[in-house]
Amino acid sequence: MSYSIAIIILVTSVATYISRLLGVLTSERLSSKSKVFDWFNYVAYSILAALMVRMIIFPNGALQDAEISSRIIVTIICLSVFILTKKNLVIPTILSFLLLTIFVLGV
Amino acid sequence: MINRKFFYLGLRSLAGTSSPALALAASFIALGAIFKHSGFNLEQSVASSLFTYALPGQLVMTESYLIGASLINIFISVWLVNFRFYPMTVALMPALHHKNQPRWKYYISCHFLAVSSWLIMKEGYKKIDKRFRLDYWIGIGSGTLTSAVLSTTFGYLISDYLSNDLMIALGIVNPVYFLCMMVGAMTNIKTTVAIVMGGILGPIFYLFTPEWSILISGFIGGSLAFLIKEKK
Repeated sequence: MSYSIAIIILVTSVATYISRLLGVLTSERLSSKSKVFDWFNYVAYSILAALMVRMIIFPNGALQDAEISSRIIVTIICLSVFILTKKNLVIPTILSFLLLTIFVLGV
Repeated sequence: MINRKFFYLGLRSLAGTSSPALALAASFIALGAIFKHSGFNLEQSVASSLFTYALPGQLVMTESYLIGASLINIFISVWLVNFRFYPMTVALMPALHHKNQPRWKYYISCHFLAVSSWLIMKEGYKKIDKRFRLDYWIGIGSGTLTSAVLSTTFGYLISDYLSNDLMIALGIVNPVYFLCMMVGAMTNIKTTVAIVMGGILGPIFYLFTPEWSILISGFIGGSLAFLIKEKK
């Protein structure tokens, strides 16, 4: 460990802020009615969907220790509950935690 | 400087049935525990969530630190993993523009950009008067960032009580919450195609190029959606 944690945090924060700032600078002359804005909008939604599905199918960290079948079943149940409760987000959020706990503990 | 009414309106998005607070808490509590086990002290853990505020990037930083990666390597891998903020910012900021708002507010408030705040803002900005959208955004961002920092602190302090089983269960909360939010955003054919294609392509490209998979699938899925002609 040749670098101090403080410097690593600084480098990480700068590397992250650059993308946010570049986004602000790019959008300065962009109208929210333009085609370019539209394109960025769909790309952004698509990127987020790719990221979230990847986090469930190929997770990092502790979630890897849960069976892929249990991760997918929990996700499908929670999405169904979200639709059935007319877009209540709190219920499926809590349910995902409880269901996966049950799966992991094998109750 | 900041319109209080709209700031509080944004802040209030943390309450109610669409609140991202639980999802943020679950993932940042887990992150706090990971920091503790990786040898960070409390101040460093708080500083990381406050100044970086991007979960995947913070995880990459921690892993890089543990294997002793060089600063340039850390910079490049974090930049790549958090590059999604670039298209996300471009897809949001034009909607917040107003000539009465000073530029510095955009430069500072872009730090609040994260998946949670972005999705909430995208869902609600059209209902907000254009003059005050930036203040509304700052309200949302202050709330989500504060939740992240407090949860990191809490996770750090209780890390010894978090079993691996609990850490596994905490891991599912964040992607499930955001997937629900995205299903909720599928109100027209183009957004639906963007989200469904991204969700299908993401894991497929991951098999070939883990680092680039998210950006490539987003680029393809988003472009396909953009090209679709909507019936009017």
